[in-house]
Amino acid sequence: MDDTEAKTNKAGGRQCSICNQRRAALKRPKTLQQICKECFYAVFEEEIHQVIVDNHLFKPGERIAIGASGGKDSTVLAYVLSELNRRHNYGLNLFLLSVDEGITGYRDDSLETVKRNEVQYGLPLKVVSYKDLYGWTMDEIVKMIGLKNNCTFCGVFRRQALDRGAALLKTDKLATGHNADDIAETILLNILRGDIARLSRCTSITTGEDGPIPRCKPFKYTYEKEIVIYPCSIYSPNAYRGFAREFIKDLERIRPRAILDIIKSGENFRISTSTKMPEQGTCERCGYISSQKWCKACVLLEGLNRGLPKLGIGRTRGLNNGQNKDMDQTNGMKNIHSKECGTLDF
Amino acid sequence: MDAGGTCDARESEGKELQGSSSNKTSRPYMFGALRANWMRWRKLQNIEQRGRIKVNVNGRLCPVELRLVDEAITGDDGRLCSGCFRSSLFGKFKLAVTSHGMISPTDNVLVAFSGGPSSRVALQFVHEMQHKAQKNFIASRDKSLPVFGVGVAFIDESAINCVPSHEFEKAIQDIQLIVSNLAPPAKELHISPIESIFSLDSTDGRNKLKELLLSITDVTGKEDLLQHLLMISLQKIAFDKGYNKLVLGSCTSRIASHVISATVKGQGYSLPADIQYVDARWEIPVVLPLRDCLAQELNMLCSLDSLKTLEVLNGPCSGINGLVSSFVALLQKENPSRDRTIVRTAEKLTPFHFNRIPETDDHNDHLSSLRRHKKFNLKSNESIPSEFFCPICSSPLNKSDLQSLSNLESCQNSAEFFGASCCPSCQFQILPKGDSSMEHFHSLLPQPIIARAKDGSCGTGSWLREQIKDCLLSDDEDGT
Repeated sequence: MDDTEAKTNKAGGRQCSICNQRRAALKRPKTLQQICKECFYAVFEEEIHQVIVDNHLFKPGERIAIGASGGKDSTVLAYVLSELNRRHNYGLNLFLLSVDEGITGYRDDSLETVKRNEVQYGLPLKVVSYKDLYGWTMDEIVKMIGLKNNCTFCGVFRRQALDRGAALLKTDKLATGHNADDIAETILLNILRGDIARLSRCTSITTGEDGPIPRCKPFKYTYEKEIVIYPCSIYSPNAYRGFAREFIKDLERIRPRAILDIIKSGENFRISTSTKMPEQGTCERCGYISSQKWCKACVLLEGLNRGLPKLGIGRTRGLNNGQNKDMDQTNGMKNIHSKECGTLDF
Repeated sequence: MDAGGTCDARESEGKELQGSSSNKTSRPYMFGALRANWMRWRKLQNIEQRGRIKVNVNGRLCPVELRLVDEAITGDDGRLCSGCFRSSLFGKFKLAVTSHGMISPTDNVLVAFSGGPSSRVALQFVHEMQHKAQKNFIASRDKSLPVFGVGVAFIDESAINCVPSHEFEKAIQDIQLIVSNLAPPAKELHISPIESIFSLDSTDGRNKLKELLLSITDVTGKEDLLQHLLMISLQKIAFDKGYNKLVLGSCTSRIASHVISATVKGQGYSLPADIQYVDARWEIPVVLPLRDCLAQELNMLCSLDSLKTLEVLNGPCSGINGLVSSFVALLQKENPSRDRTIVRTAEKLTPFHFNRIPETDDHNDHLSSLRRHKKFNLKSNESIPSEFFCPICSSPLNKSDLQSLSNLESCQNSAEFFGASCCPSCQFQILPKGDSSMEHFHSLLPQPIIARAKDGSCGTGSWLREQIKDCLLSDDEDGT
């Protein structure tokens, strides 16, 4: 309580605009309302609950894997979901799912965080490693192909690793910690690179419903800043900054609601249903969803195993390889496999 | 202006040269001359040619005319010499005009001139087109094709951008000079202060405008409202003076900025309405013939041809718009084709039914009925949905916003009603919060905006009727 008191002095000693009882302790990033800590936690959690209920994200009895990277988003997601599950009787079985890429010194810390979360929130944890799934660690891949293009491997492998881990846990859905800033950024980037197909699907709160394990984003309307303020968050928001991200932060400074407005625009874009979308099929080798004969991961793996690591890396990707958490999997419109083996796609 | 035709011929020759084999015999003379030139140049510069022209050291070669480019002019196709650059730019303008039927011989076209490079080029190109049509008219025997008329409109915003009066006078003189130099054919210049849409009395209008802008707290909202007022003023001039098309100089870069800023303001639904070549939701259809030209190209043309522009009068953007334009400028620096990619993305969104020139007939009397008839015909084929427009920004409203509109009936007074019929974006950034300030705001609004809201209000009825019409249509479909 002392802590709160100290902060209220700074805020000029105004009353919380929600409960009108306690002193306001912070300016809520999303609305700029001056509110007390207790009310902030309450509205923060209530909003996420509303999003879950309104969009029917979960059904009672489902097994849900939470993609846990050890970063702020997934840590808060794990906490909030377990809390809401208890409070509102969702009847969900929650699991933590982590991916170990095998990068020395990079994941060690965050895996420690995830392990701590396992104990704190009492959620069972499953760690899937690249080594187990693919036979290669990222360190080994980098040794083979050098520092260039390794984001391609990491991005493609991570996406599949999460799905495979979720399958191992026999879960019905995978919840990821993508927040409103992430989604707004994805919308902007898709406009900047002219990708209408992804622009139309990047705003949906649940994706891959036709696939084996749908993914959902309970934080779709949750601001990154608020996640940072939330108490169990331990990471600073500066982990990743691209030019579009920078722009969104600037916008937020001028007009906090801009992030929600971008998402609203993204949802309301008049994209005709006849717009050509890549066809979904399955990979002939591993059965994973793929628009091609083989999925991207299998192509990359084949390249690695045959000593041709550049197989499957090429222009077909847009800018910012692997920077975007959301977009993946069906990117190559060109059929790489129709070419002779060993043809490098420059 | 040597028009597109000759340049095309040259271009094809250029290609032949580059390909260095096909069709050598078709134009032996031209080819020989060009080839001699080319060889001379090549010896001079010692360049290598591998399929396409590659110049490494000192000079740049125009790929169309194969002439050494003295100035670095970056056009669409790389670096061009000034002549080809000019004709490629004019070609883009002409293609936009002809392929969308923007200007027809019987038209009377009003060019909106702000003094900036984009509208300056728009004015220049429209003039060149008219000049050529005039020459053809004089040369033709039967005088069957009339020449379209051109007028120029300048909206005086001095009420808001405190420009020193001597500078303003100078600017007006410059504009008069620019327009009078673009003759023959002579063009009428209409200079109208922006406050004239508020009231016939200029000081009264000025005060109202100032008070209205003062009541808006959001900087971006203020800027956007001013833009909407500008459009209303232009429409008013065009309507009063009997023009039937309004030409704006919006270029690719400007539209790219608009795409991003509309997205940021949550106007994703209405965005495709604003960025098409034709926007006929207005009384007088608006056309954007420079939509495919980059701002840099237009600036370049202005400096090449020493077209006079007036930069003083354009105030800098601030708020969201300023942030967006600096973001787009940054992107453009990183990748020069970014503007175009952004516009292309937005192009893939579905446009509205009013994004094309309405089909008209010569007889004004029958015009409206005919138009309605045609629209009706279209309706039965494609079932075009009718739109409900925001009275402030004129953007079509989304279904979900319309649903919140359906409780309009509960509104107490006209101000409240007006507020409820605006789009969410305008509600947030333009309308004041609180009932009394809303009433004050409403009382200051110019007549055209109020009228639009009124249209909307019987519009709630018409909107309902529209809903019923949809039902009727589906009945009809069942029947057939």
